[in-house]
Amino acid sequence: MTAAQPKAWLARLLLALLITVTLLPFLSMFTAALAPSGSYPNGLSWPDEPQWSNFAKAFEAANMGQLLISSTLIVLGVVPISVLAATMAGYGLAKLTGGRNKWIYLVFVAGLTLPFEAVITPLYYEVRAFGLLNTRFAIILPLIGLYMPFSVYWMRAHFLNVPNDLTEAAQLDGATRWKEFWLVQVPLARPAIMSLTILLFLWTWNQFLLPVVLVRDPSLRTMAGALGAFQGQWGTDVPLLCAGSLLILTPTVLLFLAFQRHFVAALLQGSVKG
Amino acid sequence: MNDGTPSGDTRLRMSRLFPGGKNQKARATAILFVLPAFTAYAVFVLAPLVMSLYYSTLRWDGIGKARFTGLANYATVLTDPDLLSIIGNAFELVLYFTVIPVLLGLAVASAIRGHMAGTFGTLTRTVLFLPQVIPLVAAGIAWSWMFASSGLVNQALTAVGLADWTRGWLGDFDFALPAVGIIGAWVLLGLCTMLLVTGITKIDPSLYEAARLDGARPWHEFRYVTLPGLRQEIGVCITVTVISALASFDIVYIATGGGPGITTMVPGLEIYRLAFAHRQVGLASALAIVLMVLVLIAITPVQWYAREKK
Repeated sequence: MTAAQPKAWLARLLLALLITVTLLPFLSMFTAALAPSGSYPNGLSWPDEPQWSNFAKAFEAANMGQLLISSTLIVLGVVPISVLAATMAGYGLAKLTGGRNKWIYLVFVAGLTLPFEAVITPLYYEVRAFGLLNTRFAIILPLIGLYMPFSVYWMRAHFLNVPNDLTEAAQLDGATRWKEFWLVQVPLARPAIMSLTILLFLWTWNQFLLPVVLVRDPSLRTMAGALGAFQGQWGTDVPLLCAGSLLILTPTVLLFLAFQRHFVAALLQGSVKG
Repeated sequence: MNDGTPSGDTRLRMSRLFPGGKNQKARATAILFVLPAFTAYAVFVLAPLVMSLYYSTLRWDGIGKARFTGLANYATVLTDPDLLSIIGNAFELVLYFTVIPVLLGLAVASAIRGHMAGTFGTLTRTVLFLPQVIPLVAAGIAWSWMFASSGLVNQALTAVGLADWTRGWLGDFDFALPAVGIIGAWVLLGLCTMLLVTGITKIDPSLYEAARLDGARPWHEFRYVTLPGLRQEIGVCITVTVISALASFDIVYIATGGGPGITTMVPGLEIYRLAFAHRQVGLASALAIVLMVLVLIAITPVQWYAREKK
């Protein structure tokens, strides 16, 4: 039994390599961000005089304060409503409808693999007809709809695993049902709701296609959408672009580090179920 | 996907026995619970999807009068050499987005089986998930810089004596698409690795013991224990990565804009360009529908593979 377990040192070496490959682009951006603005730095070289002021400059150039507010508003517009609607629908589909209504669920699931690009053109005309083009609602409202297949699928899967006798005890009218939903079901569903919230937050914050197509003014976009405009404007100034990109990805990375375990669990389960 | 829940069956029987009355009410309650989600979905997904289908039969610049052209736009999508090579690019990206993360992930997972505990494990997990947390756009910018003339890739090549190989990777007709592929592989590698590493810990260790007692070599162990045990996780990895390759937009938009020429153009970006820059809404919509169908066709066999005898 000499090779009972794969060799630990080999495993660690492989992981160390993976970690290096993952971190190198960030490191390279970081050193470039410290080079004198407008210069052409080398891939990975510590500058003689690190220009920490580049970050302040990029903060201003990217209008970061405004962007943080804008992204937060969009997330607040999308995530709570999506989670609530999906939790209700997941509950309704798992517990309240019989086999006859399975088609509703199937219609939701059919949207799981839909690429956003498949509907972006008509969405543009639809949002324009609603008079919402170039407002944050142009991002918020479509995203709620686009997230429904995954969110409903996710919450229904949770409610299917809740034992039935809990609900059977309260086979009552709508108002009682509603109470039971809030007082019994929602508290029980907290882990599933938490994961869904994290996933929807990430996807909204990082959403790029919708802001680019539906909102012209970068200060009304998500962080990621604004980064596209920032690149268009400062693409030739490598240090400034790198500083700006690092700033723009900082909020999610900080949140990720703070809630590391929840994020990892959500991302892993999210892809397994998705 | 067990939908024959007892409550559902009971209620179904009940409603047959006692139509109307209380069960009518129960049904109304159910509808109220599902309605908000369904409305949002219908207005912002189903309706646009129907409109996409309708637009795809038109010749329309988005402003003037539209003309019905039947399936002409689909004929163009499936015969135009440029559009075909754009679709081909998406499938070539699958080679990088899917094959590299899955193969490397499998290698790592089988090597580190059971070595992910402790601080080192937590550190690894945290780092490997970073690319999943940042916007794809940021990954695109980071790698545009890695692949730039004075970027890290060329710096490394020069350092190991391969200065002849250096180039502006993303502007090179032969290497731009593989370079874009590497960006996607970098983004997806951590997720696939962690999925497979997590999956492998769920395989019963006694299976490995038994294989070893039977004198199985490491390769046989991998082939007959690890691979079948990871069937579901591999299916998930392939599904997620294939969709992100075929429907890629963010990375290409930022890193190359589809160039040089159309060597890195992908359907997602071409839909955007056709609809909003070239005002060929009909053709863009036909390409959108084709893209949606291609994703479904590519995913379906993977789902079968993953579901088969668990």
